[in-house]
Amino acid sequence: MELINNLALGFGVAFTLTNLLYAFGGALLGTLIGVLPGLGPVATIAMLLPSIYALDATPALIMLAGIYYGAQYGGSTTAILINVPGESSSVVTAIDGYAMARKGRAGAALAAAGLGSFFAGCVGTIVIAAFAPPLTELAFKFGPAEYFSLMVLGLIGAVVLASGSLIKAIAMILLGLLLGQINTDVISGVPRYSFDIPELTDGIGFVTIAMGVFGFGEIIANLGRPAEHREVFTKDVKGLWPTMQDFKDAWPAVLRGTALGSILGVLPGGGALLASFAAYTLEKKSRGRADQVPFGQGNIRGVAGPESANNAGAQTSFIPMLTLGIPPNAVMALMVGAMTIKGIQPGPQVMTSNPELFWGLIASMWVGNAMLVILNLPLIGIWIKLLTVPYRLLYPAILSFCCIGLYTLNNNNFDVYMAVLFGVIGYLFYKLHCEPAPLLLGFILGPMMEENLRRALLLSRGDWTTFATRPLSAGLLAGAVLMIVVVTLPTIRKKREEAFQDEEA
Amino acid sequence: MKIKSERDFWAGMMFLLVGIGFAWGATTYSFGSSARPGPGYFPFGLGMLLAVLGAVELFKALTIESEGGDPIGGIAWKPLIVILFAVGLFGVALPRLGLVITLPLMVLISSWASDEFSWKATVANAVVLITMSWLIFIKGLSLIIPMWPTIFGAGT
Repeated sequence: MELINNLALGFGVAFTLTNLLYAFGGALLGTLIGVLPGLGPVATIAMLLPSIYALDATPALIMLAGIYYGAQYGGSTTAILINVPGESSSVVTAIDGYAMARKGRAGAALAAAGLGSFFAGCVGTIVIAAFAPPLTELAFKFGPAEYFSLMVLGLIGAVVLASGSLIKAIAMILLGLLLGQINTDVISGVPRYSFDIPELTDGIGFVTIAMGVFGFGEIIANLGRPAEHREVFTKDVKGLWPTMQDFKDAWPAVLRGTALGSILGVLPGGGALLASFAAYTLEKKSRGRADQVPFGQGNIRGVAGPESANNAGAQTSFIPMLTLGIPPNAVMALMVGAMTIKGIQPGPQVMTSNPELFWGLIASMWVGNAMLVILNLPLIGIWIKLLTVPYRLLYPAILSFCCIGLYTLNNNNFDVYMAVLFGVIGYLFYKLHCEPAPLLLGFILGPMMEENLRRALLLSRGDWTTFATRPLSAGLLAGAVLMIVVVTLPTIRKKREEAFQDEEA
Repeated sequence: MKIKSERDFWAGMMFLLVGIGFAWGATTYSFGSSARPGPGYFPFGLGMLLAVLGAVELFKALTIESEGGDPIGGIAWKPLIVILFAVGLFGVALPRLGLVITLPLMVLISSWASDEFSWKATVANAVVLITMSWLIFIKGLSLIIPMWPTIFGAGT
């Protein structure tokens, strides 16, 4: 069977010593940053991008992927133990997880989260392996018009599921698209918006934007808030294993969470965050045993469901990136950037032109997930120690790595100055409540969108209706419109606001 | 006219101005026609669209009541200036003074942005960070970064 052959190829690649080491390194680093609040996978991957110049493409991507799903694990550990979600996707885990920890059942909660995530990760890997090839086939039928419409759908999808005002989010996408226009026009060779600065004719590096807006902007915003006092609840976690009853309660939740996460992860923009919210809602709605612990007071299903869902979602969000070259979220956007750095044009051809990379990455996801379980359960005590590193020592470290990274991008201090500028802009966004993630997506997709739009118009001799008359393209655009209509409907809008208010609380 | 939501007002203003700015800039490039779009075609459209959304946001900010006027709140001037100054200085100083001087300097200055600044911890942090950076970036990844002030010669 082809699937088996492909996976065998992948595991062959993943089980080489170098790749195992990078998968381990990525998973470890990911867990680390997941545990540390205020340091997310986006900032970390952005920081590490300059260093992957020295690596081969396959280990580099394996490591970055490891960081991504490692962060999902690490975030849940702190959410359960000290009620501080390290990642936005583990916000709901904190509700019942922390309640369990306070009742002395932290071990059971952590094990449920870890094993649930592992199961979800395994399923997610198989889902990718099974669905990536047919989707890739479909992708080859895409012309410029379809690609343009798909990107519109992707960008709209990314914002309707995000928090905050819809108009602002769409405006942020447009701003990102416009920033992507600062470059040399590919078709006519005219430098645009460069103000005669030679560095700007190559365009702004997206690492520069990511570090400025996410790295510096966030540090400034954090320092502007009064110092928060974190209270570590428990020094040692006793009783690692859940009881039989816990297993019985948790496994249906794991199954439901995995299914939900696998589906929602593929949707552009949703990924892990939406999956965990949806899974928690689903668990609350579905019936448990009669004498179960109420939700919010330490129900194990409230941990197992969302944790499985966010991991499955994190996994399947690789699908649009790997098959179409279209990133569904900011982390994937950075992965696309990493591929471009390594000279690989992301898109449907990756599977045929770089099969080792493609299947190796997929297989390494499973390997990485297995490592994470082994890594996390015994090492929980150490992760807690890390939390005692105060922010006043942590942020100069983040700054140091950002600065060195920025300088080494082009061995030029121009990128450092640009990042300073984007730091100001990032803080402005924070103050005006403008979510910066859509900007990064727009920025990445900007040049691609323009090229496809102009090619589509050339082919149709300037006829804009080509986007609506080609069936695939029309379907994709209809999907985008539908999404906007659905979220602006009053009832759903209210639900959406509620969901994101829970997050902030 | 009273501003109902300060954040939305300024966000809308920002989008409006940036949109107009980009659209205006796009007019200096050849626009082409729909059949043969030029380099100014896409940015002009995007800029106009952004300006329209900015205007809508402005209109909302002036008409729809929000809780407590949604004020922007105080600006954290100290971290803003200190952090960005430290980073900017890093950019200026690195090619001239080398990493061994520049990085601790950056750490010292940026640490001052925190309310809990202490000399001892900061110096220790700087020592740890320069050692780690040397191990990771110079030894580990063999990146080419100037290490010492250029007056000492080689600059490696």
